[in-house]
Amino acid sequence: MSRVFGIVALLALAGCASSQNWGWYVIDPRTPNGWTNVRFLVGGMGATILLSVVAAVLSMALGLLVALPGFSAHRPLRLLNRGYVEFVRAIPLLPMLFWVFYGLPIVFRSMGLSVQIDPFWGAVLTLAISDSAFTAEIYRSGIQSIGRGQSEAAQTVGLTHWQTMRHVVLPQAVRRILPPLGNQFIYIVKMSSFASVIGMQELTRRANELVVTEYRPLEIYTLLIFEYLVLVLVISSAVRWLERRMGADERNG
Amino acid sequence: MPDAPPVPAIEMAGVNKWYGDFHVLKDISLRVAPGERVVICGPSGSGKSTVVRCIARLETHQKGVIRVAGHGLAEAAPAGEVGMVFQQFNLFPHLTVLQNLTLGPIRARGMARAEAEARAHRYLARVRIPEQADKRPGQLSGGQQQRVAIARSLCMEPKVLLFDEPTSALDPEMIAEVLDVMIELAEEGMTMVVVTHEMGFARRVADQVVFMDGGEIVERGAPAELFEAPKTARCRDFLSRILRH
Ligand SMILES: Nc1ncnc2c1ncn2[C@@H]1O[C@H](COP(=O)(O)OP(=O)(O)OP(=O)(O)O)[C@@H](O)[C@H]1O
Ligand SMILES: [Mg+2]
Repeated sequence: MSRVFGIVALLALAGCASSQNWGWYVIDPRTPNGWTNVRFLVGGMGATILLSVVAAVLSMALGLLVALPGFSAHRPLRLLNRGYVEFVRAIPLLPMLFWVFYGLPIVFRSMGLSVQIDPFWGAVLTLAISDSAFTAEIYRSGIQSIGRGQSEAAQTVGLTHWQTMRHVVLPQAVRRILPPLGNQFIYIVKMSSFASVIGMQELTRRANELVVTEYRPLEIYTLLIFEYLVLVLVISSAVRWLERRMGADERNG
Repeated sequence: MPDAPPVPAIEMAGVNKWYGDFHVLKDISLRVAPGERVVICGPSGSGKSTVVRCIARLETHQKGVIRVAGHGLAEAAPAGEVGMVFQQFNLFPHLTVLQNLTLGPIRARGMARAEAEARAHRYLARVRIPEQADKRPGQLSGGQQQRVAIARSLCMEPKVLLFDEPTSALDPEMIAEVLDVMIELAEEGMTMVVVTHEMGFARRVADQVVFMDGGEIVERGAPAELFEAPKTARCRDFLSRILRH
């Protein structure tokens, strides 16, 4: 069903390109119908934000779980880390989404478990897993960027391995990890639009639905692009603010 | 009744170390008595850093014995027993000077914060920067940073203090302020092993100068002896090269 929406929307977009006239009335807030449409479209903002935030938090936790074995002295654990990162990083989001949403319940059923996955959790899980490969790499490079001299100095004042991580390496690594994590969050927000194909009522899904009834894809998708633009601008200015704050911190405390 | 011979602060006997096929330390034997000051010099790549890093447990060796204050490196030792001052300072940039100094005593020794801070202020005064306690390392000059690093080691009240080219990363005008602090420490009886090419410092404080080349101790002796009348050609060559300018 959801795929039908996508196909119809594409056909409509193609049709519109040949008709060559604009119909901005469809999202003109000064007309009652336009105002209703705009409110309907913007109404998906909450779902997109919730979806992205939950997925990002899960991805950060999962990424840490994946990154830690990468620092192990045991080769099998390091291979586990590499394997996960390389495999998950290679899967395109759309097939992974179908696999999680349609495939996982079948897998669970064959194990005798009845697990329902609703569109929200299907999308959250997919985004979190897909993104965790990248957050794991961000953690790894952030921690590795702290020079060996820091751990050595910590060791000579008597700190254990764990204390060195906790008090010396991680506090410094966090400053290098946060900005790229912010970028990943932007990526998640955009990729969350894929949730529309499994029926999650977020920004893109609402746009698709409205296109089918209003037959004005170009105007509606233009508004959609600006909706994402606003979200992304807010996030990226927050990230830059964080970066500036931490830079200032490092320089003069 | 004669005194029992004191336990050496550091004892290295027949120490060998390899990096893969590369034989970096060859039969190193060195004995440092409590309160003794040893200066290690030698050309680049001769293994000077590796010697002090092995004593500080930052590297492992494959053959031979290293004992600090009587116990081997494999045995448990009190945290912070061996202090180390690095060429690149290696201060913790995210902490204030005071926090740099109290981290070890609080976390590794379980000392109360107030006591650790009192101790930190005392050692900051000793390295002559009592007023910088609340700054970050990045706000200090190189010479000040190295003195903080020395104070950080002193806060653990180590039995032995190791220095690996402590003035090599400093601008010339800051070298003296660091050396002055080190001379004071030596005069107060601190056991020190110092890798340095500062011959003035060696002459003034060293009880023993060790010359290394190619992973071996080639020659050792009192500074006057070794500097005025080196016995080996390798040592003579090296001295003439560093004393030429
Ligand atoms: N981790 C390592 N792996 C392989 N070789 C190493 C390693 N660390 C040091 N070496 C080699 O061991 C030798 C001795 O190094 P070391 O740092 O002890 O010399 P050094 O006398 O301190 O020299 P410098 O005056 O340049 O500091 C050098 O040839 C160096 O290239
Ligand atoms: Mg060296």
